[in-house]
Amino acid sequence: MTDDPYKNLKISKGAVVKPRTSLVNKTGSWRSERPVVDHEKCVACGNCEKFCPDMAIKETEEGKFEVDLDYCKGCGICAEECPVKAIIMKEEEK
Amino acid sequence: MNKDKFKHGEELFCPGHRACPGCGAALTSKLVTEATGPKTILSMPTGCMEVTTTPYPESAWGISWIHNIFENSAAVAGGIETAYKSFSKRGKEGYMDYEDVNFVVLAGDGATFDIGIRSLSGMMERGHDVLYICYDNEAYMNTGIQRSSSTPIGAATTTSPAGKESFGENIHKKDMPSIAAAHGLRYVATASVAYPEDFKKKINKALETEGPKYIQVFAPCPRGWKHESKNTIDIARLAVETGLYPIFELEDGQLTNVRKIKDRKPVEEYLKAQGRFKHLFKKDGGGEVVENIQKIADMNAERIGIDK
Repeated sequence: MTDDPYKNLKISKGAVVKPRTSLVNKTGSWRSERPVVDHEKCVACGNCEKFCPDMAIKETEEGKFEVDLDYCKGCGICAEECPVKAIIMKEEEK
Repeated sequence: MNKDKFKHGEELFCPGHRACPGCGAALTSKLVTEATGPKTILSMPTGCMEVTTTPYPESAWGISWIHNIFENSAAVAGGIETAYKSFSKRGKEGYMDYEDVNFVVLAGDGATFDIGIRSLSGMMERGHDVLYICYDNEAYMNTGIQRSSSTPIGAATTTSPAGKESFGENIHKKDMPSIAAAHGLRYVATASVAYPEDFKKKINKALETEGPKYIQVFAPCPRGWKHESKNTIDIARLAVETGLYPIFELEDGQLTNVRKIKDRKPVEEYLKAQGRFKHLFKKDGGGEVVENIQKIADMNAERIGIDK
């Protein structure tokens, strides 16, 4: 995890920012539906990871594809592109 | 709890960026960094990706990245490339890896087709070793969906609205790949986010080619095209399968590689999937516009030879 870019923030002429600092912005709070992976059905093709615009679905060390709910915005592309329908979109509860 | 499990610290394009859910341009950015690798200096003009990936003091990028203004990303990249080469020639420490560094521009269609075309033309003409990638979402999305010269016929935007008399955009989409090829570029290609491997292969092929090169990638925009975020890839695929967005390579001006389509789908299928074309199916006279759009697809098929 990178440092908090908001700590000791100064305004300068021409801005310089540190790489990967967007990680502080947890876009998971945007979500209204969350993808749920059925590992029994999953054939580990990797389509969900390949097409995710938010780098929020990854293959874990056990070879399973899991959703990073810190950043998943719930767009639903992974569920749509899954060839065996192993991902369903489930409404978030308040 | 998630941060160790998902290891985001190594990515070259990181989550936390503020692009809309299902953004085709954000997916493009990810694919670009995956293909170019870490030894890349990316110049980016104003646009959705600039605004959403670098709200001060955050940055989603894990590679060197620079933004200046809307007009000049190609000039900035050309300047960086020339300076780097010059430092390298003079033996300056830290710049001896010139041959291994990729100089890349990633720009939207507004910055490419309209506002930045002068500096892009200059960069191509001077022959800088720069790869210019345009993510084409067919309008100015960042400022609120205004038409650009990439907006296709029939599409409604806030400045080409559909109304009593109007059927949305009434000017043909500018043929930017041909303009790039006319500069004598050794490598020009089109791609789509629906085919990530093809896109990444083209980036790598372009980077192996010396001099300027141009890739245009089709990147749907759920917000501007008014479709559900989950359909981004479906729509990108349909654009190719209907013949409206042909995927090809031009090497030394010659068509060398075309994605062939078996049984082209009717354009209605692509148009009906998006709210920006919905007036074409609701209003008298819309059918004529749809017919014209079908003619564009047929012309593409004939000119580029996409039918299998």
